[in-house]
Amino acid sequence: MYEHDLLIIGAGLAGLRAAVEGVRGGADVAVVTKVHPVRSHSNAAQGGINAPLTDRGDDWESHALDTIKGSDYLADQDAVEIMSREAGEAVIELEHMGVIFSRDDEGRLGTRRFGGQKVARTFFVGAITGSALLHVLYEQAIKYGLRVYEEWFVTSLIEEDGVVRGAVALDLRTGELHTIRAKAVIIAAGGAGRVFEPSTNAIICTGDGLALAWRAGAPMMDMEMVQYHPTTLARTGILMSEAARGEGAYLLNKQGDRFMETYAPEYLELASRDVVSRSEQTEINEGRGIDGNVLLDLRHLGRSFIEERLGYLQEVAVEFLGMDLANDPVPIRPGMHYIMGGIKTDVNGRTEAPGLYAAGECANVSVHGANRLGANSLLDTVVFGRRAARHALEYIKSVNGTSRDESQLEADKARLQALLDRPQGIRSAALRREMAEAMTEGIGVFRDQASMERAETAVRRARDQFANVSVQDKGKTFNMDLMFALELDYVIDCAEAICAGALARKESRGAHYRTDITQRDDENWLKHTLVYKTDEGLRVDTSPVAITKWEPVKRVY
Amino acid sequence: MQANLKVKRYNPDEPQPRVRYQEYSLDVLESFTVLDALIQVRDEVDGTLALRCSCRASICGSCGMRVNGRAKLACKTRIAELAPNGEQLTIEPMGNHPVIKDLVVDIDTFFNQIRRVDPFIQPDSTPTQGEFIASSESMTNLLGVMNCIMCGACVSDCTVLEVDDKFIGPAALAKAYRFVDDPRDDRSSERLKKLNDEHGGIWDCTRCFQCVEVCPKDVAPMDRIMEMRDMAIEAGNRNTPGYRHTESFIRSVRRHGRLDETRLAVDSIGWTNVPGLLREAPVAMKAFTKGKLPPLFPHKAEGNSAIREIVEKAEGGSK
Repeated sequence: MYEHDLLIIGAGLAGLRAAVEGVRGGADVAVVTKVHPVRSHSNAAQGGINAPLTDRGDDWESHALDTIKGSDYLADQDAVEIMSREAGEAVIELEHMGVIFSRDDEGRLGTRRFGGQKVARTFFVGAITGSALLHVLYEQAIKYGLRVYEEWFVTSLIEEDGVVRGAVALDLRTGELHTIRAKAVIIAAGGAGRVFEPSTNAIICTGDGLALAWRAGAPMMDMEMVQYHPTTLARTGILMSEAARGEGAYLLNKQGDRFMETYAPEYLELASRDVVSRSEQTEINEGRGIDGNVLLDLRHLGRSFIEERLGYLQEVAVEFLGMDLANDPVPIRPGMHYIMGGIKTDVNGRTEAPGLYAAGECANVSVHGANRLGANSLLDTVVFGRRAARHALEYIKSVNGTSRDESQLEADKARLQALLDRPQGIRSAALRREMAEAMTEGIGVFRDQASMERAETAVRRARDQFANVSVQDKGKTFNMDLMFALELDYVIDCAEAICAGALARKESRGAHYRTDITQRDDENWLKHTLVYKTDEGLRVDTSPVAITKWEPVKRVY
Repeated sequence: MQANLKVKRYNPDEPQPRVRYQEYSLDVLESFTVLDALIQVRDEVDGTLALRCSCRASICGSCGMRVNGRAKLACKTRIAELAPNGEQLTIEPMGNHPVIKDLVVDIDTFFNQIRRVDPFIQPDSTPTQGEFIASSESMTNLLGVMNCIMCGACVSDCTVLEVDDKFIGPAALAKAYRFVDDPRDDRSSERLKKLNDEHGGIWDCTRCFQCVEVCPKDVAPMDRIMEMRDMAIEAGNRNTPGYRHTESFIRSVRRHGRLDETRLAVDSIGWTNVPGLLREAPVAMKAFTKGKLPPLFPHKAEGNSAIREIVEKAEGGSK
């Protein structure tokens, strides 16, 4: 048994930022992560991090309003205000930690434009911003000697008298289960892209943190809000950063027209992501696409500009498509990318389960509402990762020593053994793929009652079939097969919540666009959907949206 | 198209663990990478195959492995390029890393080497308001090393690490460069001195170019190591065999138009370093008995003066 003050699940940006705060605050902090920290999916964020820096003439209210408009007025405005106000400090702090941000001619931090915003306030490192931030936070983790349980997979949270007091985790290297006790737990385990197929998300994005919190009684909020990124590569589904359009790239249809002139005459290619994805899908559906794609055209930016500011995109185009951005427009289409929904938290990261916090993509504060602006996700991780740790540091002062109860460990041992003992059955990979393809078909860029019900049926079938999943690998060491089966259990949980949220919301808002109810309905649906997991099944509820100073108006780009 | 994989397997859980190769034949798409094929094996054919992978887009660094004997990122290696006609591809775990199971290697040593270079920025003070001011060129120059995703490919194929596990290794040295050359860091000279003096530091690279060739992100670790050698010398660190070797080399070429190998050896070790010279004596004796000892006094090369001109021109150009 291991014991710490504060246990953080996940070692991406939110987790590491929380951990650094915890260590600086003098607490005994540990991080448990199923992959080495630098393998975390924060790596994949490319374009940048938003911050309204006042010394550049920008102001927090402008960023907040862009964010709220981007969210289609579903974001909680008190939470957005905090994020916008703390953004400048958060970015400067990252720079002081060593991030090699791009500079302007005076040697100050340089910016680029991003979608849904008129002001260039996105700070960046080439097209590898997430990776650059993650590696620097890992450097800080080394500096502070942070305790990391690397390649440990969390199988359960430990609850005592309704309070979260740690986790049980599988050491993948040895195959042994262990209890890690803590006075508080922060979940920062990332998104759930594997609910969908295809997705820009990494194979590790299986919604572990969402499912763990959900099982502990915390509701998932606005799970129907699934972001389809406008520019993912044909065939492979790899992400092409919004930075391309931020730097001036065009979107073209089969006729070579910049079709965004029709859909968003003012913002064009830099309208919010939900708007651009819908526009592309409309072009494709109406026969103006090319084999199910439209084109992203960077040719006019010139080779040297592309290579310096968007080097990773060029690498991807060359390596994965055999194309050269300086010569060829590349085929792209909308692809599942991010979940705005997540575990409901307050502005200090607290969930409805006592002792449990959440931050990053798995959490829903909510600052993204029905559609997240590009470059706001990195900001979300560092601002709310830090806030969650700060609050948890206070909370643990009032928590007494922990018990030695090992009942959760014993229960998990039995559960894993039962899975290993099941002689033959369905392969988890096949079951996931079948369900995830149905989710993409049913809860896509466009959706309606019938399509969402089809998705729900597929998810229900997957839940039933999960009882027949078997594991071929019966060994102890690095039993990935066993971990995939456990992950699939989490993936199905997330899919259930997404379907429940989607079917509940009887309007179109942001990323949730229903072709059978095309209008936003502020009168009845200016509220969050909440989905609880209970012994009697799922329970759907709603809660009000915090409106502080920006009354919802019609959203035009 | 057809993909034929021959995968090195090892399972420590077997009663008598042994290395074996297993062959898989698959129908794959033209666009498939080695990783796509391995995932297909794992998902559909053989759930016991262990490998690490995550992003599938060459940014997480998980899927380093050897393909036909060279370290690569599996997600970035297209089958159609290496084996257009279904030629067999040999897939093995990375070198210079202990194997845990199948293609999964122990990365603890890799990250311990990274820790050796104090891999975090150390400014004397941070600005009270706003960011550090740093030139755009200085930051752009560091972008190349920031591309490192710590996949371990360079370490896998490093020929020095094969024989000397004290060597810090290409990845950690590239990481060190990232701080040495960062204008915001105030420990550059201490860092350089340490890297210069310690066993396994910058002078232990043999310039074999393997790390440059296998790096999937064009970090070119060896080039960074060479830059740090120059920086270390500039900073006054001259008491190393490496520095003496460099000096002797150029002196010899300038004087004789060719390499004086005997003198180069003695110069590098140091004329007053008696134990060091004695240590090399058996090698010299052995070379002598085989007729391989270079002449004690070198012959001058033909066209010596022309060579000298080239040297002077090169030195002038570098100044």
